[in-house]
Amino acid sequence: MALKKVKGSLERVFEKNLQDLVRGIRSNKDNEAKYIASCIEEIKNELKQDNMAVKANAVAKLTYKGEGDAELDVSGADGLQMLGYDISWAAFNIIEVMSSSKFTYKRIGYLAASQCFHEGTDVLMLTTNMVRKDVNSAQQYEAGLSMSGLACFTSPDLARDLANDLMSLMASTKPYVRKKAVLLMYKIFLKFPEALRPAFPRLKAKLEDPDPGVQSAAVNVICELARQNPKNYLSLAPLFFKLMTTSTNNWMLIKIIKLFGALTPLEPRLGKKLLEPLTNLIHSTSAMSLLYECINTVISGDIGFIVFRNAGPERINTGTTSRLNIDPRPPTPVGIYDVRAKHERGLSVFILCVQKLRILIEDSDQNLKYLGLLAMSKILKTHPKSVQNHKDLILDCLDDRDESIRLRALDLLYGMVSKKNLMEIVKKLMVHVDKAEGSVYRDELLSKIIQICSQNNYQYIINFEWYISILVELTRIEGTKHGHLIASQMLDVAIRVKAIQPFACKQMAQLLENTHLLVGTAVQANGICEVLYAAAWIVGEFPQHLLDPRRTLESMFYGRITSLPGHIQSIYVQNIVKLYSAIIRQLEEEEDREKCQETTQFMLDKLPQFTASAHLEVQERACCIIQLLKYVNKLLEKDVSVAEELTGLFDGELNPVAPKAQKKVPVPEGLDLDKWINSPPSDDSDEEVTIDTMFIHDANRVNHTPAYEELSEEELEKRRAARREDQANNPHYLKDDKRSKPKKKKLKDLAAENSQMSVDNIPVAEIDLSVPLHVPGETYTEISGISVTDEYMKKVNLQTKKKHRKRHKKGKRGRHDSHSSDDIPVAHKVDIIEEEMPEGAEVSDHEHEDKRPADDPHRALDIDLERPLDERDRLPVREHYEVGTGLKLSDKPEEEEKEKPRRKHRKGSEEKAKGKKEGKDKDKKKKKKKSHEKKESILTEKPAEEAPTEEPNLLGEVESEEIKENGVLEKEEETVKVEESATVAASQDDSQKMDDISFWLTKDDVGTKKEEDSIKQNSNEAEETEEPTHQVSKKSKKEKKAKKEKKKDKKKKHHVKEEYEEMGNGEEAPPPEDSAATNQEETPEIPPMPCYKLLAENPSIKMTYQTRIDANQSHQVVVSVIFCNLTSSHLKSLEFNVLDSLNTKLVREIGATSHDGVKVPFQLPPGATNEGQFAFTVSSITMSQKLRGTLTYVVKDDEGSTSEKLDFKVHLPISSYMIATPCNSDQFARLLSGGELTGKASVTAQLGDAEFREVLARICFYCHLVVVERVENTVSLYSKSIQGHHICILMKAMPNGSLSVDGKSSDSSLISNLLDEIRLLSKDST
Amino acid sequence: MIKAILIFNNHGKPRLAKFFTHYNEDEQQQIIRETFHLVSKRDDNVCNFLEGGTLIGGADYRLVYRHYATLYFVFCVDSSESELGILDLIQVFVETLDKCFENVCELDLIFHIDKVHYILGELVMGGMVLETNMTEILTRIEEQNKIEKQEAGISAAPARAAAAVKNINLPNISTSNIHLPNLPSFK
Repeated sequence: MALKKVKGSLERVFEKNLQDLVRGIRSNKDNEAKYIASCIEEIKNELKQDNMAVKANAVAKLTYKGEGDAELDVSGADGLQMLGYDISWAAFNIIEVMSSSKFTYKRIGYLAASQCFHEGTDVLMLTTNMVRKDVNSAQQYEAGLSMSGLACFTSPDLARDLANDLMSLMASTKPYVRKKAVLLMYKIFLKFPEALRPAFPRLKAKLEDPDPGVQSAAVNVICELARQNPKNYLSLAPLFFKLMTTSTNNWMLIKIIKLFGALTPLEPRLGKKLLEPLTNLIHSTSAMSLLYECINTVISGDIGFIVFRNAGPERINTGTTSRLNIDPRPPTPVGIYDVRAKHERGLSVFILCVQKLRILIEDSDQNLKYLGLLAMSKILKTHPKSVQNHKDLILDCLDDRDESIRLRALDLLYGMVSKKNLMEIVKKLMVHVDKAEGSVYRDELLSKIIQICSQNNYQYIINFEWYISILVELTRIEGTKHGHLIASQMLDVAIRVKAIQPFACKQMAQLLENTHLLVGTAVQANGICEVLYAAAWIVGEFPQHLLDPRRTLESMFYGRITSLPGHIQSIYVQNIVKLYSAIIRQLEEEEDREKCQETTQFMLDKLPQFTASAHLEVQERACCIIQLLKYVNKLLEKDVSVAEELTGLFDGELNPVAPKAQKKVPVPEGLDLDKWINSPPSDDSDEEVTIDTMFIHDANRVNHTPAYEELSEEELEKRRAARREDQANNPHYLKDDKRSKPKKKKLKDLAAENSQMSVDNIPVAEIDLSVPLHVPGETYTEISGISVTDEYMKKVNLQTKKKHRKRHKKGKRGRHDSHSSDDIPVAHKVDIIEEEMPEGAEVSDHEHEDKRPADDPHRALDIDLERPLDERDRLPVREHYEVGTGLKLSDKPEEEEKEKPRRKHRKGSEEKAKGKKEGKDKDKKKKKKKSHEKKESILTEKPAEEAPTEEPNLLGEVESEEIKENGVLEKEEETVKVEESATVAASQDDSQKMDDISFWLTKDDVGTKKEEDSIKQNSNEAEETEEPTHQVSKKSKKEKKAKKEKKKDKKKKHHVKEEYEEMGNGEEAPPPEDSAATNQEETPEIPPMPCYKLLAENPSIKMTYQTRIDANQSHQVVVSVIFCNLTSSHLKSLEFNVLDSLNTKLVREIGATSHDGVKVPFQLPPGATNEGQFAFTVSSITMSQKLRGTLTYVVKDDEGSTSEKLDFKVHLPISSYMIATPCNSDQFARLLSGGELTGKASVTAQLGDAEFREVLARICFYCHLVVVERVENTVSLYSKSIQGHHICILMKAMPNGSLSVDGKSSDSSLISNLLDEIRLLSKDST
Repeated sequence: MIKAILIFNNHGKPRLAKFFTHYNEDEQQQIIRETFHLVSKRDDNVCNFLEGGTLIGGADYRLVYRHYATLYFVFCVDSSESELGILDLIQVFVETLDKCFENVCELDLIFHIDKVHYILGELVMGGMVLETNMTEILTRIEEQNKIEKQEAGISAAPARAAAAVKNINLPNISTSNIHLPNLPSFK
């Protein structure tokens, strides 16, 4: 043994180490590939040896190879395949090295793994236990190492299995480990979203970690999470606010400020709060990065303006525009209103920021210039006016030598244009297009020109002739990728602007005559030749405008048209016939028979060149048409007139269709799109030898993907597994590239692909053009005398001058113009045709779809973090896997599971349905296991792995966690817990107090309330803040809307114009059934309604409560109670208990009896207010419930402590189980006629002098009903209970001042009880 | 999030490539090549940011790079990172390298790529910034090196001796150090 060891280390002297390898590669520059191959052989041999050192060395070399390869510049397939091969054989060795007990080797192993393992690596499943061991290692660097590695190759399985271990590591005593664990959690969340909720409280606690590194890591993780789903993290705002005002770590500050940038748009009141600290930072910081982020947040969060907007509608118009023109100066002293001063301040911050940005852009440091422009583009979206003031600066940046900066400046141009300067700006850009070297920048310029011109439905274009000319000029650009873009613009303009059609036609004819120039520039998909597609179509569609149709017809046959892409050729063929029929018609009118025959003959001579096309569509069309023409020819010979029939072929007008039209076609009743038409095809994928292939003569077209079938998730999984196995067994299978395999190809793509391929096949002889490519623009001009773009500018200038002299009669119809300052007349009588929408399409302004791709992990992370933790939020705990049971478990019948309750906790996902009894079972089992483990790992002093944290103690998460952190042994748990929780509560008191964002924001409002004198504003705000956040934001939006509307009324002119614009938006048809929305707008001034009801009150404490439900939990209701300390002493040990009824039970900690109360997880300092949530399980929701309960608490003051109690009654009305669910009138009618709703009830109530509108609003608000339709004083309402009952209500205000309410529901007692509640509610008002 | 960290020299030879999202080796090489083409054609006095190429990123991503002597340090980051912050992070990284290798030059990166990876591992973890405090980073690296040394002990002596002999005739490559310009510190 000893000998072997000596031998081993001696051998190592002669082995190559990493340095030798590098040296070798460098000295073998000529035949690197060969050298590498020999090295790989060596490495393979080394890996076979037992000696860990040798292995580690080999792996280290392999890792280098991963990178070294590029150095080799291996372009041959050989070397690359080798790499793919590499991982599959070395991966196992890497794992071996990772599992070494020596840190040195482990390090090498993990480095190799982090470089070459990824989610899809097969061997990863072998690593679970090893990684777990390493992560939990007592050696902090070993733990750190494995965590760094894991961060690079987390797979869903690893994430699920290790989530729990990492959770406990977040509470490690070593900051280094904590820091890494916190960061790693983010990766875990991405792969295993279920971990987010259970881990979140702890993550949140880490925000206040004593170690700055850990703190910063936690901020980092939460910022990443919040960036994707900001609304879920609003409640953390107070905590971050505190951090922002106290921290000095710039890294962290930047992250926090970025986070606020994402939050403020969701909660306008936050902006108000941030104003001051941000201003302070802007003034005080010396770090440019921080300054920049502050500015960024102020402008992107619109902070200055949010504050400003709240000031009232009148100020907006007077303020913004005039003020932003002026240099920063202290806001004019306004002493009248404090409010006003505050808003002035908000505005001045905004001005300050814009000014700072200008300074940045003017800075000589290119980095700052770039960032300044970047930030400007954010302002552009919200306040284009304030950017327009810096037009000079931005135009200058277009000339910058730095491409990044030019691109940024281009972005900004978008918002700079107006009717006046569009031509000028575009002209400038055209000059840049000529000058630009590098196709990327030029393409960018091109697309920007088009974007600028076409924005807002061509809002700024006053002369479409000019625009067409610009488009034609753009076709001169060589090698652009945007041929298609230009083409679609040409088509769009030509179709929609009727007045321009003659001109467009002539221009297109010119283009067609110069085909050779366009075709010359390399035929490529999406190249400039795409323009011919548009040209051919336009000419064919509007032949009546052509000067010389025959000539155009001929020009369409000249040049190398057969080398054009297939789809263009087919358009050619089709439009040649259209043109031909127009010519024939004309000739027949002139009765020129001879010419007719001659033209037909010409066609028959020329068309056959298309019949040989490799493109199927072209061929087919050409053949078809030749036959048609032969027939026509026969008729012509018999002297029969054919024009009528010929033109009949192409009769009718084509109208533009709105882009969303297809999507908006309503699904006909009774059509279920998800239903199988035929029975699903059999599993056998071999049958895919499709009929397709039989017909395809072009070898390239074989890659037709078979029709995509919708497969169920299981089936897919099964197939995947089968395929994986297949691949594993297949020696020829090299790489697992399932990612790159497109699952589904859209027809369009397929077509494009096909066309491209067939084009590639055509031998294209590159012709050297003697004519320079610049010619077209000029030649067009020379040929036809069409004025070039510059001349349009002159024309316009002249016209405007004229116009200034005599202003009358504008030729604008059907078009909108928004900038009243731009009084430039539109050159043509332009009539933009509206885009068509299908009949019966629903129009919705806001189509909020998650734009993230379906596989974006962040979608899954959109999780409600406020809901208290429950059984489902349990992390999978390490268990012994039983081979084979894992998969089958879910299929097992219930009974069997009950018999063997233990089996249930094998896998986390199966643990959903679990009784308390079983939970106890589990505890016992765990305790047993733990004691074993403790013995084993007594030396390592590891924090206990499973014990307390896994217990899903409702609301008690924090306590148990703290216990763990302090390393309290499990036995003492019970006894210590109480004390612990007390101290914890005390220590976290402050933060807890700030927890509820609503309260936090209120505090400010209440504070300032006294200062502010404007009463109306005040009352609104105060009441507003009594409501929970989500409702508040809704409300404030509503109010804002109302204000806006007021504003609109005042500025009637403006208003009308805006409406006009909306009409002109093309896709909008009058909203057919958006009545719910309109209704809301109609009733803007409903007084705010408090939703917290008084629960109980005595001299020392006041409790108000509100019920909340979760649509996903059909048997739970959460009562959220606000405790308010009215005394000047501390209240502690609050315990909340309720006498359970048969139907409704308070959810207590596991193991607690119904006599034990639930501890309120906080204390109340004098005057403090905090909110606690208590969950109840409800079995039946058809009756309202009143539960008696007691709150016990200890009053502690200087003299000592006394314990007191307060009795209360929690009222759980039926309405508290309702979920306001939107429903359209169709569905509503179907429900009513469906016969499903058997329960009926009706009541009448007296309206008294209350307005129906108000009563309605109150009923909707408290009973969670949604208005389906409203016709004057009759309203239909809909709601759904958490258990899925439908509730349909018809409410009528009778002329005699009474209110009749009829209801239908699937449960009769439910509806009758609900109607009683409604009756009571309506009475409240009288 | 940081998507990738690349180091290559003036000729586009990669010296370090760390990807935090998976690309196969083919794509990695392509990305490096593309990035090099984007970065190398830029003057030294233009800004340090540019929009990513077609392979890496998209609209949300940005390349932040710095050029030191013969090497380009390129970070590909998304919009959640502060651009100037990343510039400073690169500086911290290079300064740390400089401290660890004593006047770092390209050769150090070539021959001790593993060490460079370890150092980088203390700054960035799984695409997220782990630590920016240089003293903290240095102590962590020191401590880990110490463990390695302890483990190596006597058994490593022969290998070390051999390595020393081999190292005598280092190939003749220009050993221009990465000159650290004195940038305004971030802290």
